Amino acid sequence: MQDRNHVASVSTTHQVRIIENGLLEIPMLQILSPDGVIQGQDEPTIDESTAQRILETMLFTRILDERMVSAQRQGRISFYLASTGEEAASVASAAAISDQDMIMSQYREQGALAWRGYTPAQFMDQMFSNHNDPNKGRQMPIHYGDKPLNFMTISSPLATQIPQAAGFAYGQKMAGLDAITLCYFGEGAASEGDFHAGLNMAAVLACPVIFLCRNNGYAISTPAEEQFAGDGIASRGIGYGIKTIRVDGNDPLAVYAATAHARDIAIKHACPVLIEAMTYRLAAHSTSDDPSGYRSKKEEANWQRKDPIVRFTAWLKRKGWLDEDSLAKNESAMRQTVLTALKAAEKEPINPIDDLVTDVFDHVPWHLKEQITALKHHIQKYPDAYPKTAERQQ
Amino acid sequence: MAQMNLLQAVNHGLITAMSDNQKVMVFGEDVGQFGGVFRATSHLQEKFGKQRCFNTPLTEQGIIGFANGLASQGAYAVAEIQFGDYIFPAFDQIVNETAKFRYRSGGQFTCGTLTIRTPYGGGIAGGHYHSQSPEAFFAHCPGLRIVVPRNPYQAKGLLLASIRDDNPVLFLEPKRLYRASVCEVPEDDYQLPLGKAEIVQQGTDITLVAWGAQVEIVQQAALSALEDGISCEIIDLRSIAPWDAETVANSVMKTGRLLINHEAPLTGGFASEIAATIQDKCFLSLESPILRVCGLDTPFPLAHEKEYMPDELKTYEGILRTMHY
Repeated sequence: MQDRNHVASVSTTHQVRIIENGLLEIPMLQILSPDGVIQGQDEPTIDESTAQRILETMLFTRILDERMVSAQRQGRISFYLASTGEEAASVASAAAISDQDMIMSQYREQGALAWRGYTPAQFMDQMFSNHNDPNKGRQMPIHYGDKPLNFMTISSPLATQIPQAAGFAYGQKMAGLDAITLCYFGEGAASEGDFHAGLNMAAVLACPVIFLCRNNGYAISTPAEEQFAGDGIASRGIGYGIKTIRVDGNDPLAVYAATAHARDIAIKHACPVLIEAMTYRLAAHSTSDDPSGYRSKKEEANWQRKDPIVRFTAWLKRKGWLDEDSLAKNESAMRQTVLTALKAAEKEPINPIDDLVTDVFDHVPWHLKEQITALKHHIQKYPDAYPKTAERQQ
Repeated sequence: MAQMNLLQAVNHGLITAMSDNQKVMVFGEDVGQFGGVFRATSHLQEKFGKQRCFNTPLTEQGIIGFANGLASQGAYAVAEIQFGDYIFPAFDQIVNETAKFRYRSGGQFTCGTLTIRTPYGGGIAGGHYHSQSPEAFFAHCPGLRIVVPRNPYQAKGLLLASIRDDNPVLFLEPKRLYRASVCEVPEDDYQLPLGKAEIVQQGTDITLVAWGAQVEIVQQAALSALEDGISCEIIDLRSIAPWDAETVANSVMKTGRLLINHEAPLTGGFASEIAATIQDKCFLSLESPILRVCGLDTPFPLAHEKEYMPDELKTYEGILRTMHY
């Protein structure tokens, strides 16, 4: 590596030749065709129960998304962000790593958290900012985080988790753990400085981290062709000296195979791997967005035909791994569980007012003690204006 | 005890921390074999290996992003930003990530074991980009400790406390004093308290508050004032956030007068916060308005550096004005 950076080992030329097209051919790994037929010779190395669980988790994620978009429309929560159409990219990648691995996600990877076993009640507690949320109701809906499940609390600023994932993975390596970090982000976030800083740091400092970019075509309304002029995100990995693969992000088997392989490499060689998953955001960016202003129904319909759930269901059927009756029952049970959890979580109170000032520092310092004392006196004087906390002070 | 300058004291503090705890890692631009542009990290790589003391690519946002992740994993990350003036590419990582990590996760995750070291301040003919004092930008952000030592003894003790403290610390080193300030420093392990100011000189007529390299400036001004029969109480704030209002308030209740000196520009500087808090806590004890002797509201100058600095004479004049209000 060092030799390559040294001027003595660079070959010379005697002609002025500007490189006009330095693009490498980076093909997209596809194992399942959109209609669920295996491509190529080899049968994928995935077992029946894992495959079934991937399908169930993708289904659960879609059910959760549908239910919560409605809940937002009904005014029950302030905000939601669906991952419709992109479930394979998060679920199948999370399925391919170890539960000991840290996941540092952007905000559209609820499928990965569901794979780890986050329950409908836990999702709801976060979204309703109630006292059962381990994050203490401090962030907008969908900013999940759960230490026992090795899922880092999400932050809104884009791409900040990318250099952090490099550092976290360096720490895992130094601690001698058999673990890596899986870091998710979108193709829009990859324009942030933190993306470039993070990939370069990870490569130079030999960090065992998988960077998984969901290239879903849009950053809110901005299409990918207005986001970058190069060959997607994968080409950048090569520029940073990072082992790279591009996959069909709507093909669970391709995502699973690439991620499992990337993990082996990251652990064995203590190095980063970049995966660019080509997918499509069938959902709006968030409940505050309306895609009809920037893309056509025809385009959406075209991608609906590549739906990862439809594709995977077709393959499982062909394979004889799908019991349609039990799947239908399971689906209706999931809908019911989600609805029950929603109704329960929205009735739970928020944390007591003292938690406004905890966790700023390890201890509550003098100035925050003064401020919370003054605030409590104020709330006691005007309890009707602050019903959520006034009641809890009694 | 040994005679050390401020750089040697920082270096000694880092060696002590790294010897004491395997999980302490030091990194930044040029900190590896070269030992940093000021040599604060000299010999660390030799002693502790390339895995624990290493160069990073030239990216401040990358350094702090990496440091946040490393600290949240459980390591004691000591990140160097080569000059305080270059910390701003990392502003988002510090303000939106470092400072909010514990709060946003309900205490599940934290980068409390992160310490960011950076040289700050003027007086070295460094112009705009090698002279700034950025403490007020960060003091506005809840969740960060900000610590500034005034001499080598303070530097080692406060640095060790900062590295071991379970809150992220921005440790600002007065680079004007790196080689200029020399004193006896214990070779043993010791820590000085964070969030606690120190009364460096008792007095009865006026309280002077400063930190870092400006402490010795107000000490010189106090000597001149003493010739006029004015007794100054001098407080080294040491921690900007959270700061020790109690020590300052107790002093002002005794003296009735307060002068605050800092190198950073006047408007929105940390002196404003001190003045607002002290007028609230000590209103009935004040004999004169609280005076700020600070840098001008200009970018840090080069040719006019001497005129810009809140020096001993400006401080002395300020003391007289406050006394004769």
